Amino acid sequence: MEYFLSETQKEIRGLARKIAEERILPVRAELDEKEEFPWEIMKALAESDMFRVFVPEEYEGLGGGCFDLCLVVEQLSRVCSGVAVSYAASALGSITLIQAGSEEQKKKYLPDVASGKKLAAFALTEPSAGSDATALKTTAQKVAGGYILNGTKQFITNGGEAEIYTVIVLTDKTKGPRGASAFILEKGMPGFSFGKKEKKLGIRASATRELVFRDCFVPEANLLGREGMGFIQTLRTLDWSRPGIGSQAVGVAQGALEAAVDYARQRVQFGHPLIALPAVQNMLADMAIQVEAARALVYAVARTVDSGAKDFTEESAMAKVFAADVSMEVTTKAVQIFGGAGYMRDYPVEKMMRDAKITQIYEGANEMLRGTIAAELRKRRGRRD
Amino acid sequence: MESNGYQGVWTFAEQRNGKLKRVSYEILARGRELADTLGTELTAVCFGHNISEVDQLIAHGADKVYLIDDPALAVNQEDLCAGELARLIRENKPEILLAGATSLGRAFIPRVAAILQTGLTADCTGLDIDAGKKLLLQTRPTFGGNMMATIICKDKRPQMATVRPRVFKKKAPDANRKGQIIKVDFKKEAVTSRTRLLNFVENITESIKLEDADIIVSGGRGLGKPENFKLIEELAEALGAAVGSSRPPVDEGWIPYSHQVGQTGKTVCPKLYFACGISGAVQHLAGMQSSEMIIAINSDPDAPIFDVATYGIVGDLFQVVPLLINKLKCE
Amino acid sequence: MNIIVCIKQVPGTTQVKIDPQTNSLVRQGTKNIINPFDSYALEEGVHLKERFGGKVTALSMGPPQAEEILREAIACGADQAFLVSDRLLGGSDTLATSYTLSRAIRKIADFDLVICGRQTADGDTGQVGPELAETMGLPFVAYVNKIEEVGAGQIRLQRMVEDGYEVIETSLPAMISVVKEINVPRLPSLRGLARAKSAAVIVWTAADIEADMSRIGLNGSATKVIKIFFPNRERRGEKLQGCMEEQVETLVQKLRESRVV
Repeated sequence: MEYFLSETQKEIRGLARKIAEERILPVRAELDEKEEFPWEIMKALAESDMFRVFVPEEYEGLGGGCFDLCLVVEQLSRVCSGVAVSYAASALGSITLIQAGSEEQKKKYLPDVASGKKLAAFALTEPSAGSDATALKTTAQKVAGGYILNGTKQFITNGGEAEIYTVIVLTDKTKGPRGASAFILEKGMPGFSFGKKEKKLGIRASATRELVFRDCFVPEANLLGREGMGFIQTLRTLDWSRPGIGSQAVGVAQGALEAAVDYARQRVQFGHPLIALPAVQNMLADMAIQVEAARALVYAVARTVDSGAKDFTEESAMAKVFAADVSMEVTTKAVQIFGGAGYMRDYPVEKMMRDAKITQIYEGANEMLRGTIAAELRKRRGRRD
Repeated sequence: MESNGYQGVWTFAEQRNGKLKRVSYEILARGRELADTLGTELTAVCFGHNISEVDQLIAHGADKVYLIDDPALAVNQEDLCAGELARLIRENKPEILLAGATSLGRAFIPRVAAILQTGLTADCTGLDIDAGKKLLLQTRPTFGGNMMATIICKDKRPQMATVRPRVFKKKAPDANRKGQIIKVDFKKEAVTSRTRLLNFVENITESIKLEDADIIVSGGRGLGKPENFKLIEELAEALGAAVGSSRPPVDEGWIPYSHQVGQTGKTVCPKLYFACGISGAVQHLAGMQSSEMIIAINSDPDAPIFDVATYGIVGDLFQVVPLLINKLKCE
Repeated sequence: MNIIVCIKQVPGTTQVKIDPQTNSLVRQGTKNIINPFDSYALEEGVHLKERFGGKVTALSMGPPQAEEILREAIACGADQAFLVSDRLLGGSDTLATSYTLSRAIRKIADFDLVICGRQTADGDTGQVGPELAETMGLPFVAYVNKIEEVGAGQIRLQRMVEDGYEVIETSLPAMISVVKEINVPRLPSLRGLARAKSAAVIVWTAADIEADMSRIGLNGSATKVIKIFFPNRERRGEKLQGCMEEQVETLVQKLRESRVV
């Protein structure tokens, strides 16, 4: 479908696709099997300026928006979403800084993110606070010149690999969500350590670890915005980033669809290629419709985000929820079309199915986001009355 | 150099560590035939230090040998070789010069051609004489081995060509042949080398050198993954063969480049060549199709490898090869 | 360290057909690309620039559309690009090509090292590099697989030979040809693509490089292609019959008869 991309956007998409096919495809099975962090590929992405896409021009970026980021993530994810999420997590880890950081903070950290010299990460989830971000327990206690952090963050993408962390903690336990604040932490700060690397169902090329803070001193200069703004900043960050998860989901689904079509054309059963069977044709057609619909929604929402619109919580959630569900369904069908072969690790579709699952879970479980959408519907209906 | 007064066929007899290379005899064999067709002399030119069996060049067909024996040439200094060869050609005016398309030949013969301002054809697989015009017809693969081109050098002399090793067959020596070995002084003061060889590191992983093997067992993309090369190695062991590869496994890093057979790898001509899981792209065929007997094992009955195979087995190599190893071991 | 990298535009595939009517080559709908061997030369040039400073100049000879690969070279890190393009250069063999390039390099003048790929994917000769070096009077090292060290006025390299590698030192300025083992060529960057779009690729004619007209194009070519044809492959295949065990049995018998095994 024609999405009227600008020349620059076509270039971004084309180059991301080239990287995916030339650098990621040959190693994706190995990365998945060995659960190895793709440093080589991160380097290639950095050399090709992919980390500059989402960073403002003043900080050595290319000043692209949410949509440009989505184009990259989709192309990487079409080949391996474990790699795609490692890249996207660096964007997620930078958004709060871009949106709420001071000039000084941005000057200090963003050029290294843009050049790909350093990866970033975003840390919100805790053992007791998953979808319920109000249940945070990690605290930051004010001391002279800064804060002392204590607590544990869980399931942090790029944890241990990234150098720069946006961490959401409570500066005032008594105020609940209004007592949350965002800090920039750097790997190597005394009292900041990592837990073991998690073993995952999918996106196994990506690194997921605990962040552990034990009397970790953070200078005042590392507080993003004002104390107590952390929760609002988080909501804004996630509203901005969710289309990215949508594009990740679309990418995996696209990869699975292409693999399924190729296989259905080649595989002969009962004297005909599978694609001659009406049952298979129906499946493939539905898959194609779903993927295109998800892509159209994700692109439209990403453009809304870039348009300067004030509130896009609902749209952003829709794009993520819909694309993630499509991704799960399409990859499952792809495995079905491959039959027994699809269940084997020799073919890429079982990996895609494993990879798709996470998109329904992270950056807000789909169920929770449906709740968010429903709440917006109620609010709006209420206003009209 | 214009063509007047040029006569005789020359071959460059390449040596390494004092030992003449096989290709030197191969081009001598073809050079002899060309010289006979033209009714002229065949001369071999040899540079080095303490080279053994220079008389073998005569036994293999040369009428004359120009030999420069000097410690400075103990290792093949390309710029010295180029200068000296160009000097000898200027002095003696041969009409044809052939050299092996080895890494040395392909790197320094072009420099000789540039000094002499004459034509050079790279990596020839066919050499003939146009009877009417007495021109050397130089045939070589081009477009990655997909096409052949015949090339002439009409006006400039000598007509120069590098010749792919293993294309022409070495002839049996004739100890009774008579010829002249002419020692030529090395003109030290004339040329100084700006390059210095500091060290040589041998790097051959295979126990039997591919080019010298009588039997080669090669694996291709059909192996699927690097571990499966073990199967090829087992078969090679059972046969006392060397291990080869088509290009995809080398590109994938399953096996070092030194094992690659084909257009961009080695040209081999063993008595027996096994192609396992190799489809037979022209690039591969270019490097092995002159083997005396070719056995192809491939699951695709339409694979082009079957077109050149003496015998073919259509089937899964993972089934066929173990059976074959078993059978060979039982005997 | 100033580096000149020689690159050539070649068809993206070596699959060619002959038009039976005209007996000429048909390169069907194939995209032209930078000669794959040359991309290693370019990468090594850019890599050396990053290590030692200086600039990388990409140089090509070919039809006007060869400008595309020079822009690609800029996107991958080259600082400037020159194309020698002139109808008079048509039909050049390696001798004429190396002379033409030598004229262009003399005009560029400022360099320490010239790098080229080991050969082109279409011509496969590997002759232009050494002929160019000789024409320029430069020391030449072929098949370089590693640059070990760059010192004052000299460079230490590893180069591949049939049975291993040699460590060679040579004075600068010099010329080398590289093999694919030397590096992994980078992909273009987004900023590079933007730069490439606006960069000026300077096009020189034969007159611009003050070429001797008797040494370029067809006039300057010593060799001439008189025939192009498909290699003939005799069909001699015999597929063995029977169940797998029987086929293997037959094969072993045939091998024994041949007395090779």
